[in-house]
Amino acid sequence: MEPILTVDNLKTYFFQSEGTVKAVDGASFEVYPGQTLGLVGESGCGKSITARSILRLVDKPGRIVDGSIQYYPANGGQALELTELPSDGATMREIRGKDIALIFQEPMTSFSAHYSVGNQIMEAIRIHDRGLSQQAARARAVDLLRKTGVPMAEQRLDMYSFQLSGGLRQRVMIAMALACTPRILIADEPTTALDVTTQAQILALLKDLQRSFGMAIILITHDMGVIAEMADEVAVMYLGRVVERGPVDQIFHAPRHPYTRALLRSIPSIDGEPRTKLPTIRGSIPHPYSRPQGCPFHPRCLERIAGVCDQHEPALARMADGQAVACFLHHREEIRQN
Amino acid sequence: MLAYFTRRLLLALVTTIAISALSFVIIQLPPGDYIDQYIAQLSASGSAISREEAEALREQYGLNQPIWVQYGLWMGKIMRGDFGISLEWQRPVSEVIGERLWLTIVVSLAAIMFTWMVALPIGIYSAVRQYSPGDYLFTLIGFVGIAIPNFMLGLILMYIGFRFFNSNVGGLFSADFETAPWSAAKVWDMVKHLPLPVFVLGLGGMAQLIRIMRANLLDELRKPYVVTARAKGLTETQAILKYPVRAALNPFASTVGYLLPYTVSGSIIVSLVLGLPTVGPVLLKSLVAQDMFLAGSIILLLGVLTVIGTLISDLLLMWIEPRIRFQAH
Repeated sequence: MEPILTVDNLKTYFFQSEGTVKAVDGASFEVYPGQTLGLVGESGCGKSITARSILRLVDKPGRIVDGSIQYYPANGGQALELTELPSDGATMREIRGKDIALIFQEPMTSFSAHYSVGNQIMEAIRIHDRGLSQQAARARAVDLLRKTGVPMAEQRLDMYSFQLSGGLRQRVMIAMALACTPRILIADEPTTALDVTTQAQILALLKDLQRSFGMAIILITHDMGVIAEMADEVAVMYLGRVVERGPVDQIFHAPRHPYTRALLRSIPSIDGEPRTKLPTIRGSIPHPYSRPQGCPFHPRCLERIAGVCDQHEPALARMADGQAVACFLHHREEIRQN
Repeated sequence: MLAYFTRRLLLALVTTIAISALSFVIIQLPPGDYIDQYIAQLSASGSAISREEAEALREQYGLNQPIWVQYGLWMGKIMRGDFGISLEWQRPVSEVIGERLWLTIVVSLAAIMFTWMVALPIGIYSAVRQYSPGDYLFTLIGFVGIAIPNFMLGLILMYIGFRFFNSNVGGLFSADFETAPWSAAKVWDMVKHLPLPVFVLGLGGMAQLIRIMRANLLDELRKPYVVTARAKGLTETQAILKYPVRAALNPFASTVGYLLPYTVSGSIIVSLVLGLPTVGPVLLKSLVAQDMFLAGSIILLLGVLTVIGTLISDLLLMWIEPRIRFQAH
């Protein structure tokens, strides 16, 4: 299967007067049609900035400094290099919302409280379908709300986001993202702000919609449970870098990178001994201005090889079974420093 | 919503009555009364009236009655549109303030419009292009504008006008039109005289408004809904104008409340300096001369304008801010 989006060695840096924050520092992954890619990692590892880089919505002082984002349009035409398009240009705006849509963690603040949700959904429809009449757009918005399981869709359309419950708000947000049946949906922590029951419903809804629309999903989360539920493919990020990548079963059953293993160990298990402490990853994420030399994870790694991991940086290398990992425990390939 | 509106209206009425009582108390505060002042003035000019005449005058104005009766009489007259006689001008208060009130409103509204029309776009620009050279330039101009007292600016501009262009730039009319009856030519003459007072009156407020707009908008620009709007495919400009600017405008609706009385009283010193025929100088003079009915009427007017302004800004907020609209039933 051909990917519809490939991100290769993406680097997005933030140039601040205090120093440069390498929010994304060499992220690579592929997105396949109809599949879900889980982008997982601790907070601050660059997941969200990766998503915003794809849509070219990185604000100053942030900038994509290196790497490529190739998007393969629906008509089978030539791949578009998104990093080279002007971010406020017509092509990029045509892609946003129509080809690649975005939903956020916090649907409360992601909607404007000054316009009804209907106004905002219909806007999303009519940006890319200018000839559509107000009535037709409204009918489509109602239809979208029904598809996303919003009861009394007609009335809800005239409501404001603060009048809806958290779960409904997220459904409406999803409906808005689906306004133009995008080929890729980027869901940035879509269920983090919701309670567990609602979370399960939203995840089920996303899966359902993925089947009927055939779209790819990039699911950004720090929740391994959500990944297990949803993802086909997983990319584990640490300090702006993908450290391990592979099919979800392999990542869960045969994790290679010490970081992935540590992440999986820190999930509470139903078989766990009561009143025992959950294993944690020792240390904490280094300060963004002082990245460690060598492998970014080595100060927190229990299996680090002295003289190697603190000197050299491992490259993300594909193993025989298709899984890719950036760790010297598994290969000797390193990133050449320029 | 109707209930909310009715409640606000009733509250406004109660407030107005309270203000009228307060204005009346202020009128009564100086020792003596209108007749004492009148006698003092007459004797200062060498003439006098008899005790009987004075009592007759007191009777005529109801000044020998208890204070609450006097208040009732005063209010009763005001209800019928009679604001009493100005001691100093020896003319009905309504006649003294009348034309000046309209001129004041014209000058002040022009100043406010100028302020908003210049300040809002600059504020938006300064926020969107934060820390750009343009932002720094406007910030500099803004702080200079805040720092210079506007009467000083008026003086400087008048000096420049007089010294270098040999024209007297004060006033609102040319000498020929000062006392002429209203005509199209007089209106046009006023329009020609407006820019200077409008600029002087507007500059300080403009600088402040730029800072407020910039700060409001900077807060809003960081909110996720802006990213949502851009992620839909809106252009930067469309997204910013429709969402964060709309949100940043809210605080302005609430300033309408004090803008209205400010239009009448906020420009006293500038009006004096520039020789503008507005209400401000009259208020100042009436206070100095203890011209009680005139001062009281203007104070009452300011109070009522504040109440009306507040009511308008409440309604405006309800109209532009859905969160208030739906919590106010």
